[in-house]
Amino acid sequence: MLATRPSDPIDLPFALTVTAAIVFIIANTMPLMAISAVGRHASTTILGGAYQMWVTGEQITAVVVAFCAVIAPGLYILFMLTVLTAVRRPPAPHWVGEVLRWGLHMQPWSMYEVMLLGILVALIKIAELAMVDPGIGMYAVGALVMLFPAIMVSFDAREVWQRVEWADDEMFSAHGGGDVVRAEAVR
Amino acid sequence: MTATALTAAQAGLVACETCKLLSRPAHPEHPGHCPRCGAELEFRVVNSLQYTWALVIAAAICYIPANMLPVLTTTTFGSADSDTIMGGVVFLYTSGSWPLALIVLVASVMVPLGKLVALGYLLIVVQRGSVGDMRQRTRLYRMVEFIGRWSMLDVFVDTFTVALIQLQPLMSVEPGPGVLFFAAVVVLTMLAAESFDPRLIWDAGTGGERAHG
Repeated sequence: MLATRPSDPIDLPFALTVTAAIVFIIANTMPLMAISAVGRHASTTILGGAYQMWVTGEQITAVVVAFCAVIAPGLYILFMLTVLTAVRRPPAPHWVGEVLRWGLHMQPWSMYEVMLLGILVALIKIAELAMVDPGIGMYAVGALVMLFPAIMVSFDAREVWQRVEWADDEMFSAHGGGDVVRAEAVR
Repeated sequence: MTATALTAAQAGLVACETCKLLSRPAHPEHPGHCPRCGAELEFRVVNSLQYTWALVIAAAICYIPANMLPVLTTTTFGSADSDTIMGGVVFLYTSGSWPLALIVLVASVMVPLGKLVALGYLLIVVQRGSVGDMRQRTRLYRMVEFIGRWSMLDVFVDTFTVALIQLQPLMSVEPGPGVLFFAAVVVLTMLAAESFDPRLIWDAGTGGERAHG
């Protein structure tokens, strides 16, 4: 499907990404949920879940969970903030392209919506055995599930590429990029 | 509409995979770097088919222990009880939440299998250069790319079940070896979908010989 230009190509995704950064911190520091059964209480955070996997002998799975639930979305927010801040003052420096490329690579690995569904399924399984109370972290995760697609929809990578300094500019070539063979642009 | 459109490679052009800029290659064999973003240009991803095959086969091998080995072991008052992925689906079904059972069944059993079959089909079709409905195949590829991450569902379910049910000595849940293989299937199929170059689909029947490999 082809896309039309969004009306607010930089400011809107920037505002959404700043919001996501704040909510991301809340989601990772506040307890997701607490359970109580026969007088005993337990609660967990996202990283607490990965940690429990690690100590019960599933280190690789713990790393995969931590990557998909915390590291990839965190890096995505960080890279997007960097890109959206840097392109505000044209021409955008050349490294913006590199950072954007990393950000786009993180996108499929950041799995907030999958995690939320996973938490819900786990909650329903546990609800048979114990009382479950969703915590603040849970609502933050819910908000992130909305925010991530909102950033992706409002952000158009072409807007950034149009503002980025061309790699074959004379300035860039003079600063050591000259020995690289470059294709010729079809303009 | 059966007429095949001209591909960029046929027109002697190459599109940047990162910023999508179309440019004229510096050399017919080595297209050089993108003039705008500086990424290395490739007519087709080098060794795309080999990498994708290797990842698909590795994922298919892991798929078997992922479904046979237990993913969760529940210990209640000293007696242990192991559950496989299908066991978890059956548990959800019998405890009355069949919509959830269906979601887990689709995400954990059918989606990974469907991805393996779909990627295998695309690889074989591209290798044989068979002419068919290219648009449909591209759509299939996009679906594989889009849906892949949802298989991670069961890994998250297991993680949070383990994290919460630590009520020693009454009851505790520990992950089983199946989780590792299951996570491996998801990661490997996602990497396989990423390493597959969808432009290869369009080379079939256009004589795009340079593309293969």
